[in-house]
Amino acid sequence: MSMHRLSGCPGCAEPLEEADRFCGVCGHPIAAPSGPGSAAPWAPGPTTTHPGGTAPRPPGAPDAASGGHDATAPSVPGGPDRSGYAAPTPPGGGDPARPTPDQQGNPAAGGPPYAQPGPGGATGSDHTPAAWGPGGPGYTGDEQERSEHGSAGEYAARAVPASASGGSRSYGDHAEPAAPAGGYGSGVPAPGWGSVTSAAPTLVGDADDWSGTPTTPAEATPWQSGSAQEPAYSPQQGTGPAQEPPYSPPQGSPQGEGKTCVACRAGRVDTDGYCEHCGHAQPRERDHLEEELGSVAAVSDRGLRHHRNEDSFAVAATALPDGSAATVAIVCDGVSSASRPDEASAAAAGAANEALLEALPRGAHPQEAMHDAILAAAAAVNALAPEVPGAQNAPACTLVGAVVSGGVLTIGWVGDSRAYWVPDDRAALPRRLTEDDSWAAQMVAAGLMGEAEAYADVRAHAITGWLGADAYDLEPHTASFKPDHPGVVVVCTDGLWNYAESAREMAEVLPSDAAFRPLHSAQVLVGHALDGGGHDNITVAVVPFAAVPPRPPVHAETEPETEPTS
Amino acid sequence: MANFAKPSAPRFSVEVYQNEFLPEGGRDVHAIVTVTSTGGATATRSAALAPGGSAVVIMLDCSGSMDHPPTKMRGAREATAAAIDTLRDGTSFAVIAGTHVAREIYPGQGRLATADPATRARAKEALRGLAAGGGTAIGTWLRLADGLLRGSAATIRHGILLTDGRNEHEEPAVLRATLDACAGRFTCDARGVGTDWEVKDVTDIAGALLGSADIVADPAHLSEDFTRMMENVMGKEVADVSLRLWTPVGAEIQYVKQVAPSVQDLTDRRTAAGPRAGDYPTGSWGDESREYHVCVRVPGASVGQEMLAARAMLVMPPVAGEPPVTLAQGLVRAVWTDDLAASTAISPQVAHYTGQAELAQAIQQGLEARKLGDVDGATAKLGRAVQLASASGNAGTARLLAKVVDVVDAAAGTVRLKAKVADADEMTLETRSTQTVRVKKT
Repeated sequence: MSMHRLSGCPGCAEPLEEADRFCGVCGHPIAAPSGPGSAAPWAPGPTTTHPGGTAPRPPGAPDAASGGHDATAPSVPGGPDRSGYAAPTPPGGGDPARPTPDQQGNPAAGGPPYAQPGPGGATGSDHTPAAWGPGGPGYTGDEQERSEHGSAGEYAARAVPASASGGSRSYGDHAEPAAPAGGYGSGVPAPGWGSVTSAAPTLVGDADDWSGTPTTPAEATPWQSGSAQEPAYSPQQGTGPAQEPPYSPPQGSPQGEGKTCVACRAGRVDTDGYCEHCGHAQPRERDHLEEELGSVAAVSDRGLRHHRNEDSFAVAATALPDGSAATVAIVCDGVSSASRPDEASAAAAGAANEALLEALPRGAHPQEAMHDAILAAAAAVNALAPEVPGAQNAPACTLVGAVVSGGVLTIGWVGDSRAYWVPDDRAALPRRLTEDDSWAAQMVAAGLMGEAEAYADVRAHAITGWLGADAYDLEPHTASFKPDHPGVVVVCTDGLWNYAESAREMAEVLPSDAAFRPLHSAQVLVGHALDGGGHDNITVAVVPFAAVPPRPPVHAETEPETEPTS
Repeated sequence: MANFAKPSAPRFSVEVYQNEFLPEGGRDVHAIVTVTSTGGATATRSAALAPGGSAVVIMLDCSGSMDHPPTKMRGAREATAAAIDTLRDGTSFAVIAGTHVAREIYPGQGRLATADPATRARAKEALRGLAAGGGTAIGTWLRLADGLLRGSAATIRHGILLTDGRNEHEEPAVLRATLDACAGRFTCDARGVGTDWEVKDVTDIAGALLGSADIVADPAHLSEDFTRMMENVMGKEVADVSLRLWTPVGAEIQYVKQVAPSVQDLTDRRTAAGPRAGDYPTGSWGDESREYHVCVRVPGASVGQEMLAARAMLVMPPVAGEPPVTLAQGLVRAVWTDDLAASTAISPQVAHYTGQAELAQAIQQGLEARKLGDVDGATAKLGRAVQLASASGNAGTARLLAKVVDVVDAAAGTVRLKAKVADADEMTLETRSTQTVRVKKT
């Protein structure tokens, strides 16, 4: 049911431009011409048209207000912040309006990194919010353009500096669904951008600004103003900056009763989580989750093709007996062919995390602690299985975890979820730290097939190790490394690494400032997978590793040293 | 209004069996909705009547043919007496003699009697006066029963109708109109005794009035059957229960069928019940379980989406201004996936009942073809029926089929029509063609 290029947005009839991937006004995804995954309108009636699966994202954070600023709610106060977002990348740089991360109140959303396209240019610039980046003055011009073209999408495209334009623009933004919005929603307009407030609608409408839409939770504004046919949006096209659409921010608890459906915008949401009008399932909390601690961040996303998120993660910070910090990140992928995979992954991630938080502070050897944590996770998953011997399809999941403590990086895994090491110095060699328990990996390991051939096989992803009652001989793999240089550990499910399989590819996708902005980096990685099609749930944790300054017996190796135990 | 003895009322539960996964572009969602009511009649058998009480009217065919052979009239009289003995004290009842007109036998004067030892004795006494003579106009019987039951405050209103001949003294349209008028006002079981009646008349009555239809070829078995029917009525606790289906905007109900214990198409029986919802009548319930096959066509959605295709609820009618009570509900979902293994799987329940419905249809079509002399058509259809009955473990139907065809290979559906088939066997097969069996436990 893939759709051909549309002349107008199926959601709101907004005229579209060639390169638009999402409607500039309502955020409705415009079917990717190629993919079967293209988002088709939900329902036939214009009132029920709705973005595909990606659109209704629950907010990763309580950024409802900013969610509101999303495409469909141009007038939301969040708008101006959006321009703050734009600020960081004025081509000319040095824009005084550029908010610092601190100003934003959300480091992840901070702009600076955007300002430098960096070596990762190819990918990094994808989300160059350079798109946002017309300098202050440019704005006026853009404003005019907008009027001329009457298309927010167009406007957005124009606003993009040449360097950042092109087909690849944007998904980066998609990559950061909730968080940026959260950041920008902080309501701190960049100095000097006050006038931009009114311009925000355009920006908000920017097709690139996918993030706005996904963050829009059910309570998001637009729905309030009625159906997609609601003309309110089109007028906005031509209206002057001062005009505010009649949107009033959602009131009350977002979780409260009487939520309005994100799909048709007409019905209320019943107690089962479906729309009373169009029947569509409402975004669930797990559809998109983000968490950031000082030393680690993780993002999990349902992806574009699965109806629920069966991945899970846990991140935590604790302290060793000597007072030094330890960081834990666990990522689990529920096995879809098993029953209740979502419960399995949640149980495993939670149990492993708890076990590590119990063991590390009392001085347990991290590798042993990891081993025990995997066993604890396995027990938790086993406990989900019905008490029938030999029961079919017992809940199952994979697990990969990383612990950074005392200058040591400890990895543990079962299944095909992975950990990658990406040095901060991108000249150094990145590497994969895990060996999949998978058919493909076994084929390669046994020398029966080349890597390319093995991974192209339909059986490639059949896993040979997992946590679950029907797993045979659970063999937790653990390894410790003592990198002598700083870097970042990327802990992820195959929903990500399918789109960046080799360590080199992963390093290319990972923003160069990952060590300082782990949440943003995780968002970018998730965005990369969504950009590639989002065929699976995507979960990634980004754990910065600061090398301990070399001590007398210097570990001279550039390469981390592995000590796999099994 | 006070809630009548809620603890003794049955509790309903709804379970939905389906494969919710649809391929890209898939729109038809099939589900088997199993409704079970428990804790009612069986648990309180000795204790209680249905809240509000029950009222039963027995309609006996007293046309001239009932005397040929005379065992029919005698059997009917005895069966009615047995049914009256089965009435619980306090139940309202009446007996009607039906010919080309309907006549009250007991208690008369447009009233219902209340069952107690004295009224039971008087009613049986009245039965002695029954004599055969006259024609058959079943609509008149039903209209009289309807009038009697309408005067009753009972919650459970039920009829038991026995006929032995064709509805010759009434236009089919009149019977049809009568059934339409009576539908929803009372429920009715219908029986044909002997082999001179029209199967369709009896099954139509039972279908329209949400009761059972059966053949009692040998009048000697009438007492047993009437007793069982009356016990069944006495077990009813809740009346006028509807299956309410809510569907989202843009969705269409393709069909709604009861598929167990027998096939009964309810699709056309829908009455609107608020926005996007419709009620399908299910009649009265005791301690029992029924299954419904619901097919909904939903608007297509892209892979990864999920929607509620239907919400299936059991509702009781509003009582004295109170809002309708939802007794139980289940959800029919649609989830689009690109996982072919998921989307191509068929729910075992859906497959089973699809087969049972086809079985009923194959029998009816096969017998129809046989009557028209279409040997090939009849052989093909009845062969298919034998195959389906065998595969699904419907032994009862398989046994009935074996009296009409010689089974060569049940698994392959190879059969030969029997040259000579007893009328009773053919009518039994036709009347019971809609009987289904439950999904085999694996």
